[in-house]
Amino acid sequence: MTRFSCLLAALLLPAGLALAEPPAGELPVDPYEMSNDNAGADPYDGPALYEAFGGEAGVGRVVDAMVDRSLEDPVIGEVLVASDLVRLRRTLKEQFCYILGGGCTYTGRDMQSSHKDLGLTNRELNALVENLQIAMSAEGVPFRAQNKLLAKLAPMQKDVVTR
Amino acid sequence: MLTRSILLATGLAAAVAPVSAAQALHLEPGGKLLLTRGISNLEGAGGGALTPWALITGNETDRGIGATAHYSYVTLEDFDVTSFGAAVGFHDRFEVSYSQMIFDTRDAGAALGLGEGFEFKQDIWGAKLRVAGDAVYGQDTWLPQIAVGAEFKQSNQEALVGALGADDHEGVDVYASATKLFLAESLLANATLRYTKAHQTGLLGFGEDASLQPEFSLGYMLSRRLVVGGEYRFKPDELAFAQEDDFFDLFGAYAVNDTLTLTAGYADLGSVALFDKQRGLYLSAQIGF
Repeated sequence: MTRFSCLLAALLLPAGLALAEPPAGELPVDPYEMSNDNAGADPYDGPALYEAFGGEAGVGRVVDAMVDRSLEDPVIGEVLVASDLVRLRRTLKEQFCYILGGGCTYTGRDMQSSHKDLGLTNRELNALVENLQIAMSAEGVPFRAQNKLLAKLAPMQKDVVTR
Repeated sequence: MLTRSILLATGLAAAVAPVSAAQALHLEPGGKLLLTRGISNLEGAGGGALTPWALITGNETDRGIGATAHYSYVTLEDFDVTSFGAAVGFHDRFEVSYSQMIFDTRDAGAALGLGEGFEFKQDIWGAKLRVAGDAVYGQDTWLPQIAVGAEFKQSNQEALVGALGADDHEGVDVYASATKLFLAESLLANATLRYTKAHQTGLLGFGEDASLQPEFSLGYMLSRRLVVGGEYRFKPDELAFAQEDDFFDLFGAYAVNDTLTLTAGYADLGSVALFDKQRGLYLSAQIGF
């Protein structure tokens, strides 16, 4: 009885720190240390690139279109379907905004721990990249600006591809 | 009833067999980003139009096997050069290729005393191994994708290329290529260093002494489907009877889809077999999976 109570307390106490209130519509996550370093890339200086993406609204549409396309994608769809998509969309928007110089704070996990259970392959990552490219083009983001974002995301491949 | 069940089972087994075999070998179909398999150069290797790159041909990633086939045509002032062949890429790591290059002398054949429309041909068997780096994803490092390759070339005109001054009608080129995508600048760069004895890539045979010849390519990506660029290929000039010049081209390569890439450009092959200013239209189609 006592042992069970202690176990329960030990489980609940640290969890309580981050579980306090997950943002609306999101599932609780295990606690982790939040930092912009988790975004996996240094941001560009100045707001020019963020503006080329159409600011918060543009980045929001790009991320939503990329996720929507990817869910329908025969290669990457099944990998994403088990994710907390509300949280995925929010943290991706934060990450892109942060990297593009939009001044957002990234509150998600680092790339390694957020992808460690996905078993992602290069083929699946490339499908995701392609869907991002299509989404950026649909938003009217100039190709050179698209590549500036991709150049920052590309080195994360070694952290996110695990198979 | 039993017979029907067996037939059905056999049919099902046959239908799923290829999939099962691929799964057993852990092979995944396709997966490369558009254009990152390169096009097929005249000698059949994955790369640019005139020079091999460190990229591995085929749409496969590290978990699959892919392949390409190409047909390329250069129409010059006095000659035509045709190349066709196929190549297989294994796990985005190793590439083998076969290509046949045909040098059609057209009217110039008569002037050279060979007969109108006389053709020099060479067969080219190539192999290329990627040894380091990732041209696409390695954006946080100076390290390019590096590959080493070899090409065994054999002319079909043993006696004639000998009479024209070649030491041999067959030979081996070895090369190392470094390819890097400067993604933030939308630029693609390649440098290749080739060790060769070939006269006019081997179409006119091989000399006694090998030399190191650099080859450079630079491309600018206009979209994920379209890259425009140019190449410069230094060549030996060891043939006694005729001057040999460096190759140069300007090209635009367009990925119609995952399967088909079309390339058009302008090629300047300089002086070839006593005929100067051999330049003209370059066209190439490559299919792959």
